[in-house]
Amino acid sequence: MTESSETIVEFRHVNFQIGAVKILDDLNLQTNKGEILILLGESGCGKTTTLKLINRLIEPSSGEVLVEGKLTTDWNLINLRRRIGYVLQEAGLFPHFTIEENVALVPNLENWEDAKRRARTTEMLELVGLNPQKFADRFPHELSGGQRQRVGVARALAANPDLLLLDEPFGALDAITRTSLQKEFAKLVRELKKTAVFVTHDLHEAFVLGTRIALMDKGRIVLNDTPKNFVKSELPLARAYLETVRRYEFF
Amino acid sequence: MNFFEFLQQNWSELLALTREHIFLVFVSTALAVLIGVPLGILLTRRKSLQTPILGVANILQTVPSLALFGLLIPIPFVGGIGAKTAIIALTLYSFLPVIRNTVTGISGVDKKVKEAAMAMGMTDWQILKMVELPLALPVMLTGIRVAVVIAVGVATIAAAVGAGGLGTYIFRGLRQNDNNLLLAGALSSAILALVADFALGQIEKIYSLPNIKNKTSRQRRKFVLIGATALILILFGLSFWQNSNNPATNFADKIRVGSKDFTESLILAEILAQMLEKKNVQVERQFELGGNLAHDALLSNQIDVYPEYTGTAYTAILKLSPITDTDAVYQQTKGQYAEKFDLTISPPLGFSNDFAILIRGDVARKNNLKTISEAVPLSNNWQAGFGQDFMSRADGYAGFSKAYNFNFTKQPREMDLSLTYRALASSQVDLIAGNSTDGLISALDLFQLADDKRYFPPYQAVFIARGDKFELLSETFERLNNQISTEEMRRLNYTVDADKRAPKDAASDWLEQKGF
Repeated sequence: MTESSETIVEFRHVNFQIGAVKILDDLNLQTNKGEILILLGESGCGKTTTLKLINRLIEPSSGEVLVEGKLTTDWNLINLRRRIGYVLQEAGLFPHFTIEENVALVPNLENWEDAKRRARTTEMLELVGLNPQKFADRFPHELSGGQRQRVGVARALAANPDLLLLDEPFGALDAITRTSLQKEFAKLVRELKKTAVFVTHDLHEAFVLGTRIALMDKGRIVLNDTPKNFVKSELPLARAYLETVRRYEFF
Repeated sequence: MNFFEFLQQNWSELLALTREHIFLVFVSTALAVLIGVPLGILLTRRKSLQTPILGVANILQTVPSLALFGLLIPIPFVGGIGAKTAIIALTLYSFLPVIRNTVTGISGVDKKVKEAAMAMGMTDWQILKMVELPLALPVMLTGIRVAVVIAVGVATIAAAVGAGGLGTYIFRGLRQNDNNLLLAGALSSAILALVADFALGQIEKIYSLPNIKNKTSRQRRKFVLIGATALILILFGLSFWQNSNNPATNFADKIRVGSKDFTESLILAEILAQMLEKKNVQVERQFELGGNLAHDALLSNQIDVYPEYTGTAYTAILKLSPITDTDAVYQQTKGQYAEKFDLTISPPLGFSNDFAILIRGDVARKNNLKTISEAVPLSNNWQAGFGQDFMSRADGYAGFSKAYNFNFTKQPREMDLSLTYRALASSQVDLIAGNSTDGLISALDLFQLADDKRYFPPYQAVFIARGDKFELLSETFERLNNQISTEEMRRLNYTVDADKRAPKDAASDWLEQKGF
């Protein structure tokens, strides 16, 4: 395999603006196969915008976004999205679908056979630690926040995508649930050898999950390195983030 | 006759009117949904259209219903008289709640859910069908429920354009001073509104989110949806079948007889219709048209003939200032109608239905009043009550009070003409302007003051017909020439208004008497 084929997502001089407001400013970024890239930053720094450019929920004002070496605008939009898993905060489950129907959404859209789809749904629910017998026929509002988020992950994985996009998936959960989900998720993604782009504003989460951290500020990437090197950075914003983690360690 | 006896005797007619009412509401709501829901969906996709389209729907709902019906009459294809016009007006009224709730419902779907749907690679159509519509359905159903309840109420007005429904009883009840008719019409439409509200409320409940927990209620929802769709299609099919069986087309040998919405006009129209039927002419009745709708219907080729009064045609339609010479009014009206509208006027039927200034019989006797002039000195503290028509027309209140030098200290009360008789009899008002042939004048012991200054123009009864139908009608018109005296007309009115005989029976009795 050539090097370019291992590049799953690439941003080239991407600008994004709404009216006169610049959200992304000449963004350049690359993610290779098997990486878990963390987009870290405060609200409004452009990290969610960056994520949404990948599955073309939005399109860049200028510059190029490539997925598997092909411009997102050259992909068939529906095909592009169906081969990328997407997990968002508070899961975004369909309240009128059962858990089984929620998980089987993309397989259903892709017209999988009944037996294959059923087996896959069961497998996915087990994978995220939910008993299929108990949960398959329930509705989202009957589940706890953590359980719903597990379903959200199962739904994103159901059609076996190589790339996962996650937008602060654990942000709204209580600390204990969050920590256990983070650990399980990290293990899961590594075992399944997925590539993931993960948005968060929590450095602790970035350290638990990430193989690479891209620190964003005002629409630019100010630091892009491994967690190990991130700790050594002299950048003021990076230092400020490290303070948040050190304070925990102090107690 | 008490109310229950009335119901016993008339239940089959009441049932038929209820069925017409339901039909009007159902078809118009179905149309409003078929057009309004897609329009609402479009508005959620093209947000810039929301303000103008919702604005128009808003304005449509503020147009008074009778005015909307009136405005539609002269419009080709959509207008005219009968169920079609009523359905179009009702549909226009139902648009606002249907469109608005579709927009509100779809806009109210959780943004995260919509984002997830897009990110999962659902097409626009799949998002609409699988996510937005199911989640917006309870709000949309509320809109439909509101539309139906409004339509049940507004549909009572449809009787004024000859569309039938329970309004027929309400209008007839007002006209004939009959509480049983009024109660039967009003009560039935109120019950209909409550039943519709309750039933649709139940469907709404089935579709609301907390209720979709288990599979059984999901099956029930599917069942309700299929059932409702089937019912809509069946009723729709029936409506077209009914329409195609009853085409309002202008056959050469068919006469469409219209009438205004008061007893005398109905009786005269019946007399003409029955005489034509005896000559084997096919007749279609389009009775009880309110206001000037009969004239509009004649002009827009919805009816061929209706009874009218020369004075009304002269002042209210030709807008000429009133004159008192009977022959001059007839001749000028005839000439101008032929010239302006291509309408012909029959020879006078014999009687005149002039404005009659009425007071209570006991007041007249006590003060020995015979003429209007004699009443003027006593009238300063009287409360006058007049119909809307009399208050607004050129030869009505303004000219009349000036001519006789009336000086009422109390502002005259403006009310429905049919209510003024009852108001006078029960001393709510002291002086009214009624119609000289009204059967209620003797029934309620009212007294007509003579028009000693000959102020009021003559209102000779005639038929007005479309020019192209005159040949078919002229023989019948000639036979009716000068055949109905004021006394006879008063008696005919009385048999209907006080004795509660149907206009068609009163008409056939009279025809028999006359040997026609």
